Amino acid sequence: MNTKKKLNVRSLLRDNNVTILFIVLCIGAYFASGTTLNFLLPELFTRIGRNTFMVLSLLIPVVAGLGLNFGIVIGAASAQIAIFLVLLMGVKGLPGLLLCVVICTPLAIFFGYLIGRLFNSMKGTEMIGGLVAGYFSDGLYQLLFLFVLGGIIPIANKTLMISTGVGVKNTMKLGDKAGLKYALDNIPMINILDVLFWGGLVASALILLYRLLKKQPLGIGRILKFFVPVAAVYALSFIPVVGRFLGTNRLLLLNAIELGALVAVIVSVIKIIKMKAIDKKAGLPKKEIMGIVIAALAYGATYIPPLFSAFSVVKLPVMTYVCIAGLVIFTSWFLNTKLGQEMRTVGQNRAVANSAGINVDRVRIIAMIMSTVLASYGQLISLQNIGTVATYGSHQQVGLYAIAALLVGGASVQQANAKQAVLGVVLFHTLFILSPVAGKQLLGNAMIGEYFRVFVAYGVIALSLAMHAWSKLMKGKEAAAKAEAAEAKS
Amino acid sequence: MEDKYVLQMENISKKYGETAVLKNVSLNVKPGEIYALIGENGAGKSTLMNILFGMSVIHSTGGYDGKVTIDGQEVNFTSPNDAMKAGIGMVHQEFMLIPGFTVTENIKVGRELTKPGLASKVFGKSLERLDWEKMEGEAQEALDAIGMDIDRHVKVAGLPVGYMQFVEIAREIDKKNIKLLVFDEPTAVLTESEAQRLLSVMKLIAAKGIAIIFITHRLDEIMEVADTMTILRDGEWVETKAIKDTDVVEIAQLMVGRKIEKLVDDDEKPEGLESAPVAVEIRDFRVDMPGEKVKGVDLDIRQGEIFGIGGLAGQGKIGIPNGIMGLFPATGTVTIFGSQINFGKLGDALHKEVAFVSEDRRGVGLLLDESIEDNIVFNTMTVKKEFLKNYAFMKLKDGRRVRSHAQEMINLFDIRCTGSLQKVGSLSGGNQQKVCLAGALTLNPKLLIVSEPTRGIDIGAKKLIMEHLVKLRKEQGLTIIMVSSELVELRSICDRIAIISDGRLSKILSPDAPDADFGLAMSAVRTEGGA
Repeated sequence: MNTKKKLNVRSLLRDNNVTILFIVLCIGAYFASGTTLNFLLPELFTRIGRNTFMVLSLLIPVVAGLGLNFGIVIGAASAQIAIFLVLLMGVKGLPGLLLCVVICTPLAIFFGYLIGRLFNSMKGTEMIGGLVAGYFSDGLYQLLFLFVLGGIIPIANKTLMISTGVGVKNTMKLGDKAGLKYALDNIPMINILDVLFWGGLVASALILLYRLLKKQPLGIGRILKFFVPVAAVYALSFIPVVGRFLGTNRLLLLNAIELGALVAVIVSVIKIIKMKAIDKKAGLPKKEIMGIVIAALAYGATYIPPLFSAFSVVKLPVMTYVCIAGLVIFTSWFLNTKLGQEMRTVGQNRAVANSAGINVDRVRIIAMIMSTVLASYGQLISLQNIGTVATYGSHQQVGLYAIAALLVGGASVQQANAKQAVLGVVLFHTLFILSPVAGKQLLGNAMIGEYFRVFVAYGVIALSLAMHAWSKLMKGKEAAAKAEAAEAKS
Repeated sequence: MEDKYVLQMENISKKYGETAVLKNVSLNVKPGEIYALIGENGAGKSTLMNILFGMSVIHSTGGYDGKVTIDGQEVNFTSPNDAMKAGIGMVHQEFMLIPGFTVTENIKVGRELTKPGLASKVFGKSLERLDWEKMEGEAQEALDAIGMDIDRHVKVAGLPVGYMQFVEIAREIDKKNIKLLVFDEPTAVLTESEAQRLLSVMKLIAAKGIAIIFITHRLDEIMEVADTMTILRDGEWVETKAIKDTDVVEIAQLMVGRKIEKLVDDDEKPEGLESAPVAVEIRDFRVDMPGEKVKGVDLDIRQGEIFGIGGLAGQGKIGIPNGIMGLFPATGTVTIFGSQINFGKLGDALHKEVAFVSEDRRGVGLLLDESIEDNIVFNTMTVKKEFLKNYAFMKLKDGRRVRSHAQEMINLFDIRCTGSLQKVGSLSGGNQQKVCLAGALTLNPKLLIVSEPTRGIDIGAKKLIMEHLVKLRKEQGLTIIMVSSELVELRSICDRIAIISDGRLSKILSPDAPDADFGLAMSAVRTEGGA
């Protein structure tokens, strides 16, 4: 018994070695840097908002067996093309951002299709292919921005173009006059609620109408389940205090935790009541009680002074976080659809998938298209927050950093999930923020920390790939030993 | 009459390039029948099944001639998917299962049950959500149907090997329109009790009216479950009979039987071979070669003998030479001319005057990018330090001697080439094999082991190589071990032939023994012991 437990701890350590290493590094860097949470947390949550969407866009190719998609660089580049065009047209604010989406979606679909085609003809070496395709596309991108724009297509816009008229300036400002900065971040909560309420109302009506016409069971219960909470919150918003609160577009982390704890408690209580009173199930509702306890702990934590002050300075851009949550939900929903299951099958074993009648190539292309499109949205989210586009640089490191973050979260070439993505973003960016400060504190030079984090990004990818190869080897050996044992038994 | 059969294959012929691998083969399978398909390796069984399943290898090589009808309707499948839709399923020898998926997911792979949602109505069926409850239910039904008690939530990776086969079967049974199921060597990896269980499951399935094509070389299994059998040999139809009208001996005979051209006359055989000293003594020899495991073999090979080792593919005959040469981990003892081989040390056998011509000519036997002369002398140079010239403290290749020796060999074996500097990669298979043999002989060995010497080479070269082996024995008194899948070849030159089955020695036969004896030795696997 004892040995078994020991083994489990060991395999736990072995399976999560990269993550554990990063936790240790983060804690070490935090103390070495001597900063406070008041500095770290606002910075961290800004970066989480910027980067998580991009990291999440990597999940689907991993599931479909395409490995880590270095090709998201191309998605990022298409987002930047869209931004350039929108800046040229001069559409501002949210409409401008939506126009970016409209422009970059077909671009990303097209590029995703091409990458998918490429990967289908180089099965097994997609990662290196993606990396090189990224460099190749960067070359084309530079040709487009440095020469074609202005050189072949005349563009009369002095703020965007270099003074000679040929080529685009190396930064594109999204703030001030351009009006794209914070286009997403600045959407007030009340507007989100409005959309949810009215959109939900219209959608529900359409669904009911459809079912009525098709003479299917109406399923009003399920619709109400979604709609009643939304309507309740919507009604609350007419109370002046609540209305004022919802009228803002940033949410204090403190409030977010309080609200989250409140919602978690309410949901858990409703579930417990339902279980006990309606379904009359025996036994303790462990999961729900756990939920209440965690909510209480989180709420309690806000009373610790240093945490309280740190939580009070972090302002979350609500809409951005809603988008991230939406993508998490979408991904898990998607993987439970027929197409998602097909992707998992293809990812596990192409031969089996093929013999089960799944069109392997098609599924892989769809996975690449989805990833590229999501990556382009991720880049839009990131750039609208940063506020400037480094025309020739913003997209370059995107793939590297997103992949490193995902790996830090404990994902591997073969399996990855949203939890790992989020954890990875948190750890990776914590180290990113802290390492220059720690470098300055320890060695009197911020650049050393800077070097360190670049080293870490590459190192983590190399380490993960090596670990992946190693554990694959070990697994093969284990399987062989098992087969041997089975044979000896018989 | 037409629809009496669930499957009819009429006059099927198939050529790969110029070589015909199937010649006018016909099959007629009734519903609920267990139809055994018998034949040696290369008899055309798998090609026939590839045609049935519309595999792309068939179509990319020019299709086939003949007619396939299912339930009286002519079909021409262009992909396995088509075959699946028409109700034909396959239980593979290597499991087509996904280890990381649960039993349910594996059973339902590609045919997941779904329920529509909002997104699927807008974007099409592929976005319907999986209906896990229903999938679990149907998976359980399929498992129940074959009487398997497996937890359907378990991941396949955690199942014992024997159970995986049943998951495969459950998956095929779960296909609602299934009419015909092909079992390709299903018992090859199973233990005896598991195999017994599989056979009873097959009967159960057949009783439901599903026809089964049963491909196996285990004749006892055929006698136990099959209703009808068809024997193929060298791509030709030999016989179709009801099992009740035949017996094991007849099947074995039909499976093997063919004319044998003797290359050695009996009077050419060295005299007193029976009393010659033992050259090679193999005791409790085990080799861990994937796909060709040797599980304990004892053999005595006499000096001056041409000793054949035969058997079907995957039974372990190839493992024996590879184990001796140290290419795969081996245990037991092999004593060659009185000195024991240390398997752990690669090349130990070479130092003990054993030469080896590998079955993996292009992988192990030759350096494809090097010249003929280098390939011929390479082993001798490294092992025996011959063909070397001393320059002060260095030893360099003695180009002139190498050239003249290679030229000698080229003339001797009639290697068709542009000269001794031609790269072996550009030679034909037969000539490459001659280079291999020349290289082995340059070592001047006392024992020559040749593994599948005639694989993939043309008849002329085949004959030349075989004749040369006989000549070597006659002129130099060389002891030769020849491992081959081609029984005819073994019987044409060997003095004795050991048949290896399931990693163990099945029987040692004289080349003149009746066909049936060979067939039985290769097929009746479980005469004693069991897997």
